[in-house]
Amino acid sequence: MSIRIADHVHGIPRSGIRDFFEVVQSMGDVISLGIGEPDFATPWHIREAAIYSLEKGRTGYSSNLGLPRLRRSVSDYVNKQFGVRYEPLSEILISVGVSEAIDIALRALLNPGDEVLYHEPCYVSYAPSVVLAGGVAKPIATHAEDNFALRADAVEAAITPRTKVLMMNFPTNPTGGVMTVPELEKIAALCIKHDLVVLTDEIYSELMYEDAPHTSIAALPGMRERTVLLHGVSKAFAMTGWRIGFACAPKELIEAMMKIHQYAILCAPIMSQEAAIEALDRGEPAMIKMRREYELRRNYIVRGLNDLGLECFKPHGAFYVFPKITSTGLTSREFSMRLLHEKKVAVVPGTAFGASGEGHVRCSYATALAQIKIAVERIGEFVGELKSERAAAA
Amino acid sequence: MEALIDLLQKNALTPREDIARMLDLSVDQVNAEIARLESEGIILGYQAIINREKWDTDVVTAVIEVKITPERDGGFDRIAERISKFAEVRTCYLMSGGYDLLIIIEARNLRAIAGFVAEKLSTIEAVQATATHFRLKTYKENGAFHHFEHAPERLAVSP
Repeated sequence: MSIRIADHVHGIPRSGIRDFFEVVQSMGDVISLGIGEPDFATPWHIREAAIYSLEKGRTGYSSNLGLPRLRRSVSDYVNKQFGVRYEPLSEILISVGVSEAIDIALRALLNPGDEVLYHEPCYVSYAPSVVLAGGVAKPIATHAEDNFALRADAVEAAITPRTKVLMMNFPTNPTGGVMTVPELEKIAALCIKHDLVVLTDEIYSELMYEDAPHTSIAALPGMRERTVLLHGVSKAFAMTGWRIGFACAPKELIEAMMKIHQYAILCAPIMSQEAAIEALDRGEPAMIKMRREYELRRNYIVRGLNDLGLECFKPHGAFYVFPKITSTGLTSREFSMRLLHEKKVAVVPGTAFGASGEGHVRCSYATALAQIKIAVERIGEFVGELKSERAAAA
Repeated sequence: MEALIDLLQKNALTPREDIARMLDLSVDQVNAEIARLESEGIILGYQAIINREKWDTDVVTAVIEVKITPERDGGFDRIAERISKFAEVRTCYLMSGGYDLLIIIEARNLRAIAGFVAEKLSTIEAVQATATHFRLKTYKENGAFHHFEHAPERLAVSP
């Protein structure tokens, strides 16, 4: 018997990263700048807190919304980090990573045909999550000349009577783009004018460099009541495998999201929730140490790539650089595939993050400096060989 | 220049070009800054951290707690400096709590350390009492683990 997969699932393309991953897997001995997670293990005091909770036998379900103690920590942390206060018992939901929170927020909000705006290049799950929730995904391209910030005029041009939600993620995976407050204010005004709900994925918000302050759109006047602030412990505290995210939003929406969450997931793993309490309450010094390390590597790789003629701006946040590779005459995919086969360095083609990523590749600097150094050298050889190849052909 | 000192403390052999890239400075600027830190005595020297399990020379390390009578002029300083001058003494701290000086010494064998304590240290007039502890094994030294934690395994490419 052949099993027939539902049409709406069938129509979703596999992640461009997925097939790239399979090629890399088959090769071995590759230096990877393709990894979207910290290279640090979770700081020891956080791991130790989880071990302690296991020793105490805390291994059952938690409340659907998550441990009340964790929600209080989230409330305090979010207030400190973003300047927005959420009620721990009714306005916060602990999810299995931010990915789940995005999914249930969209499912709680969208009626079939509702349009969701999001900026592109962006994280790979945004468009599929919208489609799976019955919505229509409407990307807004961002550009290298704006350092991949979202422009309010582009948002305005994309709004239609069916637009219901705007999704944002700054600092951005894969570009490292950040927003200025004036532009964010203009976008907030548009959301109020057109009555849009904003999902803001703040997962990289701690990873801002040069002590640059980060402003969430949730903190702007009139936005708290129409914003879902999504955040988690994965990137800042090197806790990707623990799968803890959280959604902060007005009570009615959290209530609706909770219905989906409780039937689909029940609750996030309790030992991970215990670890997250330790991270949010006492993880800042370790986070600052890791951030300092990322900043040094960012400086190294940005200068290295620019010296090779692969133009890239110095991103103010996250741990990615998104150099332009059009000077090589190759597409993003050709560049990445040839670099992988010829030099055994993995970078991710920009197109994996949406069509507007063409002409760029994503390099993660969440990798030990020694590896970055070798990778930059090999990319240099590769670019040099391409140049002589083209000179010979001309 | 905290970032520069951090880098040198982690690995003083990091090539200057790499340091320059990481700190977004020129190599000349980095060289000048390091020269300044050295000339001002902020950087006192550079050393290798040796894994004694693997490099098994005949060296015994002991930690000695020393109680001393402070002097009218100069408190503990003169005695501490006098003790520090012995070549065996690797480290000497003034401590709060149950004793005054904490000394880390290295010598060829137990007898040499016993000799040092009995003949050199205890005979100093201001020294009231000593307690000697020998090192058996090192787990972490100057921030470096002796049994390295393996780098966590990660997927080769992830979103």
